[in-house]
Order: sequence, then structure tokens, then C-alpha cells
Amino acid sequence: MLSYIIRRIVATVPVMVVVALFVFSLLYIAPGDPAAVIAGDQATPDDVARIRMSLGLDRPFLIRFGEWFWQILHGDLGTSIFTNLPVAALIAQRAEPTLSLMAVTLTLAVCVAVPIGVVAAWRADTLIDRVIMAFAVLGFSVPVFVVGYLLAYVFALELDWLPVQGYTPISEGLWPWFQNLILPAVALGCVYIALIARITRATMLEVLQQDYIRTARAKGVGQTGILFVHALKNAAVPIVTVIGIGVALLIGGAVVTETVFAIPGIGRLTVDAILRRDYPVIQGIVLMFSFLYVLVNLAIDLLYTVLDPRIRY
Amino acid sequence: MTDATITTAPDLIAAAPELPDVLPPVKRRGGVLGFARRHPAIAIGGALVLAMVLIALFAPYLGTVDPTALAPTRRTREPSAAFWFGSDMLGRDIYSRVLYGARISLTVRFSVALLASLAGLVIGLVSGFVRWSDGIIMRVMDGMMSIPPILLAIALMALTRGSVGNVITAITIAEIPRVSRLVRSVVLSLREQPYVDAAIAAGTRTPMIILRHILPNTVAPMTVQATYVCAGAMIIEAILSFIGAGTPPTIPSWGNIMAEGRALWQVKPYIVFFPAIFLSLTVLAVNLLGDGLRDALDPRFVKRL
Repeated sequence: MLSYIIRRIVATVPVMVVVALFVFSLLYIAPGDPAAVIAGDQATPDDVARIRMSLGLDRPFLIRFGEWFWQILHGDLGTSIFTNLPVAALIAQRAEPTLSLMAVTLTLAVCVAVPIGVVAAWRADTLIDRVIMAFAVLGFSVPVFVVGYLLAYVFALELDWLPVQGYTPISEGLWPWFQNLILPAVALGCVYIALIARITRATMLEVLQQDYIRTARAKGVGQTGILFVHALKNAAVPIVTVIGIGVALLIGGAVVTETVFAIPGIGRLTVDAILRRDYPVIQGIVLMFSFLYVLVNLAIDLLYTVLDPRIRY
Repeated sequence: MTDATITTAPDLIAAAPELPDVLPPVKRRGGVLGFARRHPAIAIGGALVLAMVLIALFAPYLGTVDPTALAPTRRTREPSAAFWFGSDMLGRDIYSRVLYGARISLTVRFSVALLASLAGLVIGLVSGFVRWSDGIIMRVMDGMMSIPPILLAIALMALTRGSVGNVITAITIAEIPRVSRLVRSVVLSLREQPYVDAAIAAGTRTPMIILRHILPNTVAPMTVQATYVCAGAMIIEAILSFIGAGTPPTIPSWGNIMAEGRALWQVKPYIVFFPAIFLSLTVLAVNLLGDGLRDALDPRFVKRL
């Protein structure tokens, strides 16, 4: 067991190195010479060359990558070209709204998607199933910013039930914080709900065919007990896997959702960085989100043994 | 026995004339309608996709004006007889912009689907057949897949100028890992098939095995995967343009129109909603087509995402 955990953790190292190498190459091939920028307009080519040498920009790609990676491992993501602040600090400043949005969306999506997926499987090929699956296709198809504008228009502008835009830090109270996150979370959650509901239905359909379900039914377990205890437990592994894979959707969608709802999070930082061509910031964000994604999926892999004791390594 | 057949044949032909009158029309109707009934998703999705392709192709003849023509005196008009979908803050006709935007969307989604499928096919075949390369290629693909596709496309777009070609390249790179993995899984499972073993035993060379036994079997899953790539590419393109990292603002694309309507959306929501409806409908159509094809062709390898 322990050896499996260690092996699994070690296996993520090459993935992270590939991600880091890819992200580093982005900055490496990015247009613009940092040495020329620092040297200024009046600099002679000699000055630029001297600065390039002092910054170590003239050394081979792999050596520079190694040093850069070493810095990353120490939490140093570089410095923003535009604000001259450390990228790690910029991301940390903006982390709360984004993590709040992702956490609320994740909770909402799982709480909605798993039950409707179970119901769709239970009532397979009936009207309820068809309606739920139709909504799932719709959820896949309507882009997050379209859902966002639609929700904001109906529930904030027309009905005036919820704030249109903005973000309130959690330190100013749980309700104001939550109120601002409802619409963005629903908008961001649509695709995620569709994804989880579909996999839940598909897995549950398979599990409900099994002998132990018939046994449970024969010994008099109620419908709810069969669905949510016997069946759902056995369907957990694929569902949890998809929840992990879907985090990529959450991350990508958060960038857009924050733009629609004017939430000052990492997504907004990304958009600002693109407009200013602030490569170190973009690089830092991509790297951080990718590592987060890899770690989430690593955690889920390790969860398998807890969810399904039959899995032994 | 054979004599009997020969002698009865003229009788059959003589008896036949009633049948052709009745049968062909029934058969033909059964063909089209029956197909639509058996595969409603393919029929509806396919019809909508076709409609969007036609709109894109014939955009100049559908009552549109120059989508980039400025008219400062007629800014932000509500939808009316003159401006079917209203006009934006520079006085440009949104109906024309949305219809011309269908062209960008069409170009991007077909190019990405084609390029990502081709690249994925090559990478997947190499990975499946050249054993020593498999480990390296799959680690690289794993790495690329751990970067969320939208972020990967954003990072690539940040490096280059906004142009349709760059958008296509960026989204294609983001989609390649998924297609490669699919092709590789098809190759690996086919390699274990008895008929491939038989072909190898018979001395068939690898290129021939790929051509005769592998490629035909990739067609069904690749077709389904390509429709999902199409849908994904449209959404990513719209998102890139929407956040200002996509096609240049001078080109009317659905994402650009929405980006321009962003500042005004609380007072002039129609600027955002018309391109949004077209975008959502098209993605829905492509997804329906993909789901329908998956159910009809039953490729077990294809998974969404």
C-alpha cells in the first residue's frame, strides 16, 4: 500500500517536469529580449550583451531551465514585467475569489449532478431520464459566458434577486460572500454538472445490472437504500475520476466566469496579463493551475483504495 | 430444381408489375424518415450544422451589409426592421456581423478538427507501433493534458499576434493529446486481434497492416472524436476572442462581438445575446451530431473530454 502511494507520487514527477519544460519554453520563445528592455533605449549592443551575460541569458537552454525549475521548487515564480512584483505574490493576492468560486462550484455541481444522474439511471428511458439527459447535452453546449450573461440578466437585472457582479471577501461575512458567488457558480457549474451527471448515469446503469443489487432487492432493501448505498458506492470510482478530470473545466471556465461577473481573481489576472503581454505572470498562472490539476488527480488516484477496498496495489 | 427456377421466372416477372408501383415510394420515405426516426440526434444535429454551414457560405446574400461598416450616427440601435439584430456602439449591423461571424467559427472548427485529427492520428500510430517511443510520447501527452486546454490555448496566444491562423494553431495544439491517446488505444487493442496476428504471420509489412487493418478501424471513433473536437474548438475560440486573446477585433467573430458588447451588456443586452444564441445553437448541433454518431457507430474508445 505504502509502496503504491510512493510509486504513484513519483509517477507524477515526470508529468510535472514536462509541464514545467513546456511552460518554460513558452517564456523562452516569447518575443522581446528582457536584456534589451532593462538596458533601455540608449544602450549599445555591448551593454545589452553585458546585461544578458549578467542575467545569465546567454547560457544553454537546459541550464537555464534547471535554474528556473529550482527557483519554482522554492516558490519563486519570477517577477511580473508590468508591476515588478513577484508573480507568486500576485497570484496569492488574487487566490481567494478564484478558490472560493471553484469550491462553491464543485460542491454545487456534485450535490446536483450525482442525484440527478442516479435518478436518470433509475428511471432509464423514461421522460425524466430523457429530460435530464437533454439538459446534460445543453449544459455541454452552452458556453459558460453565455450561461453567465443569461443568469445575470434574468436573476440580477430583471428580477433583482442577486448582485449583478463583483465579489465580497469571506471576511465580510458568509452570506454576502455566498450571495455574490451563486450566479457565477451556477454558470461555471453547468458543464461540470452535465459531465458528472452523464458519467453517474452510465456507471449506475451498469452497476444496477449486477447480482448484488438483485440480492439486496430480494432481502428487502428499499429503493433509496439500493440506489444510494449499494449502487452508488460501487459506482463511486468512475464518478470520482470524472470529478477530478473535470477540474480542468473549472480552471478554464473560472477565467471566463470572472470576466463576466467582474470577480477580481486569478482569471482576471490572466486576462490583464494577456492584454499587457506579461509573460512571467501567464507562465506562473499556467504552471500553478497545472500543478493543482495534477495534484487533485493524484489525490483522487490515492482515494481509489478508500472508495473501493477491492482495489489493491 | 434449376429447370423449375427457369420456368417460373417469367411467371414472376409477369406477376411483378404491381409491386414496383407500390414499393419504391414506400422504401424511399422509409429511408429518410426512418433514418431520422432511428437516429433523431444525427438528423437534428446534422440539419442544424448544415444550416450553419450554408449561412456561413451565403452570408453576403442573406440581406447583410458590410459587417465592418461604421455608422457613428446610428449607434446602439435596438433590433428593428432596419437593424434586425440592432447595431453596436460603432453603428455596425449586428445581424451582418453575426452571419459573417459564422464564417470564422466554421473555418476554425473545421480546421482544428482536421488538423488535430491528422496530427493525433500520426502521433497515435507512431506511439502504438514504435514501442520505444511510446513511453516518451505518452509522458509528453500526459504533461500537455495536465494543462487545462483553455489555459494552454491562452498561453500560446499570448506569444503570438491575434490572427485566425494562430487561433487555429493554438487550439489544435491543445486538442492533439486527446486525439493521440484515442488513436493509440485503438492501435493497442487492434494489435491483439487475431486478424492482425494472422497478417503479421503471413508476412504483411507494417505499413500495409496500418493501411488495411488499423486505419479503417480508426474511422468510426475518429469521426465521433472529431465532432467533439469541433465543439470544443468553437467554445475555446469564442472564449479566446471574448477575453481578448483570439482573433483580432477587426474580424467579426462571435466571441469578438460578445467582447465588444461586454461593456454595454446591462443596457444593451442584445449585442451579447444574438451571437450567444448562434454560438450555443451551433455547439449544440455539433454535440448532438457527435452523440448520435457515437450511438450509431458504437466506438467504445471515445470518451468526452
